[in-house]
Amino acid sequence: MESSFSSPRNDSFPAGLRVLVVDDDPTWLKILEKMLKKCSYEVTTCGLATEALCLLREKKNGYDIVISDVNMPDMDGFKLLEHVGLEMDLPVIMMSVDGETSRVMKGVQHGACDYLLKPIRMKELRNIWQHVFRRKIHEIKDIESHESLEGIQLIRSGSDQYDEGYFLSSDDLTSSRKRKDVDNKYDDKDFADCSSTKKARVVWSVDLHQKFVKAVHQIGFDKVGPKKILDLMNVPWLTRENVASHLQKYRLYLGRLQKENDLTSSFGGMKRSNSPSKDAQGSFGLQNSISIQQNDLAHGSFRVSGNNLIAQCVDPKSHEGDAKGIVSEPVAEIKKGSNGNIPDSQKTRSLQMVDFNNSCVEPKNGVIGNVPDSQKIRISPLDFNNSYAETKKGLNGNIPDSQKIMTPQVRPSHSFTSVESEVNFTEFESTIRTKYSWNEIQLKKEQKPLIQLNSGFNKPPLSGPHNHFQVDRLQSIPSISPRPSIVEGDVTGPAKSKPSYSEYINNQGSQVSPTISTADSFPDQIKSCVVNHQVSETISSSTSNMKNQGFNLSSVTDLESAQRSLIVGSASPFASLDDDFQICWFQGDCYGMNLGLQNIEFPEYNDPALISEVPAHLYDALRFDYPCDVTHQNILS
Amino acid sequence: MERNQLRRQVRLMRQSLFDQGFLDEQFVQLEELQDDANPNFVEEVATLYYRDSSRSLQILEQALQRNPRDFNKLDNYMQQFKGSSSSIGAKKVKADCQQFREYCNAGNAEGWQGKLGQSRHHVDPSNQESHQQPESSLD
Repeated sequence: MESSFSSPRNDSFPAGLRVLVVDDDPTWLKILEKMLKKCSYEVTTCGLATEALCLLREKKNGYDIVISDVNMPDMDGFKLLEHVGLEMDLPVIMMSVDGETSRVMKGVQHGACDYLLKPIRMKELRNIWQHVFRRKIHEIKDIESHESLEGIQLIRSGSDQYDEGYFLSSDDLTSSRKRKDVDNKYDDKDFADCSSTKKARVVWSVDLHQKFVKAVHQIGFDKVGPKKILDLMNVPWLTRENVASHLQKYRLYLGRLQKENDLTSSFGGMKRSNSPSKDAQGSFGLQNSISIQQNDLAHGSFRVSGNNLIAQCVDPKSHEGDAKGIVSEPVAEIKKGSNGNIPDSQKTRSLQMVDFNNSCVEPKNGVIGNVPDSQKIRISPLDFNNSYAETKKGLNGNIPDSQKIMTPQVRPSHSFTSVESEVNFTEFESTIRTKYSWNEIQLKKEQKPLIQLNSGFNKPPLSGPHNHFQVDRLQSIPSISPRPSIVEGDVTGPAKSKPSYSEYINNQGSQVSPTISTADSFPDQIKSCVVNHQVSETISSSTSNMKNQGFNLSSVTDLESAQRSLIVGSASPFASLDDDFQICWFQGDCYGMNLGLQNIEFPEYNDPALISEVPAHLYDALRFDYPCDVTHQNILS
Repeated sequence: MERNQLRRQVRLMRQSLFDQGFLDEQFVQLEELQDDANPNFVEEVATLYYRDSSRSLQILEQALQRNPRDFNKLDNYMQQFKGSSSSIGAKKVKADCQQFREYCNAGNAEGWQGKLGQSRHHVDPSNQESHQQPESSLD
């Protein structure tokens, strides 16, 4: 890595840590410089925020950490914080003489990894290296996930044998994970190596993404390759790997879109005819419901109005215990009033944070809806309108800025007789980084419902002109999209069998593949994505309850603003499931949700249904820039 | 002999500054930072501080005289001043700053005027500089 500016840390980490100090007060600058030097750090001081940004931009990897004052004349410290996080993804520590809780809170919300009070003591500065180290570790984890994902994809490419692919990938995943664990035992040397080959996490801002898309179009989708894109984009600090992983996600997204489109068209007829198939025909139930959902959704029943956060209602009766995937964090901010969210009957399990009614809540964490309950899926009244909420956060602590949570609740009035559990899915689109102005974009997009219909909603109010189930957001939003795919009849607990997934894929593949034209080997990707995530493990361990948990819609790369459609993979090819139906929706790196459903029939719906249960631990691992929306369904026929 | 006496004097002065609450622990930290690489560290920092604080006080006075008084701005300036005072461990000044800010919040301008005068006194270099110089000249 270049380090003409300063060499990376030497072996005796944390000595040599490259710190950039920004403060308008010259006295403090001097003192901090001296203190940091005493800690054996390499210090650069700066009196102006603008100057600091220049320095940072000039030497992309020239610094390890930034310490900045909050009150500065030329730029607000928080703004600087955002910029740094967005562009360089470096840990930033804020300082101020003012220690009011609200200020500290603001700092944390903007992404500061620490907040120090002036006067600052030496001992506080001694430990700042932990923030750097922490980030390194997480980056490595991410990178490895990406790598394994890519590896899987390679394996998979061209393969129609999802089964094999699935298994393979899981193996790969395991092995990669092992590798990761080993690697995680850092000793200084490793760390130093890492630091020298540091792959800073890239935040794909709107602009950046636009550039990316433009480059892709210019090159021609089939001829596209990371190197070419990188060259065309002409973004100095972007690496080939960044582009590669982004490209992969983009492909997934497109693939999904493609499917949605196809499905939509094919479903046109179905939609109405089936309408609330009250009879619980196992076979078609899902399909019908889904189509219905689609219709409804398509018609904007699902409306994203401002930020309505739809709480996911998890099946009330289901097991509380299932709601593990849900990460609920008290909503930090309320953006707009939300209307209508969750319908009554839901018990929002674990979704305490979601406080939807009329509040735009921006929960920090992704919310995962659980749909516990094994047997039936009950669909609660679907309340899509305004079920769009923007939540801020992603699953991980670090991310998330805007999330839209949608939890459509489908009322079980029809068809799914045995459907007991309510399917709520909340879709969180959380933009991983605050920087994304996804919110705005998404809002505009509006009618794209982010819906994750979890199994069975009879009336899927899937709005969205196309692809009802299309997730609109594709921006690094951890969206949880529970796919309603399984609605019918008894939906038994998720069978976590991987094979089911593959079956699903097969189903899907058969139906969808013709339509999925793009080069994106979507199914492959799905698989890879799926597998990639630790979710696979979860899958195997998921209980028999149907849980729509944690649909964390991983951040979806925001492909084109216009694309906000939530791909609701639900109704896709669900064959009747006898066994557990697993739907894994893997988003981004981390989560997969498994939803086991029984007797779910998947009509020719090719929507990937995703219902996956995201185990809590996945959330920890969530750290991705964009999700790969993968819906993974296992259909056991 | 004289040297020792001077030293003692300096020590006493220093102690009194602490006792009177002009200085706090931060000052000690600064002293600890001083080492062979920066033998005059404390003096340098103090110099910077005086320069900065006199500027801040000037700005504050000007802002105070403006009509109508912009308390937000005043608050900001005061915040800055407080920050810098904390750097050197100027306890009293810092406390004054805090009080200022409260006045600001309450929109109490008269209180400001009074406090400002007081702060000036606290910052008065003669209080502290004299303390610095003897020390450095002794070494």
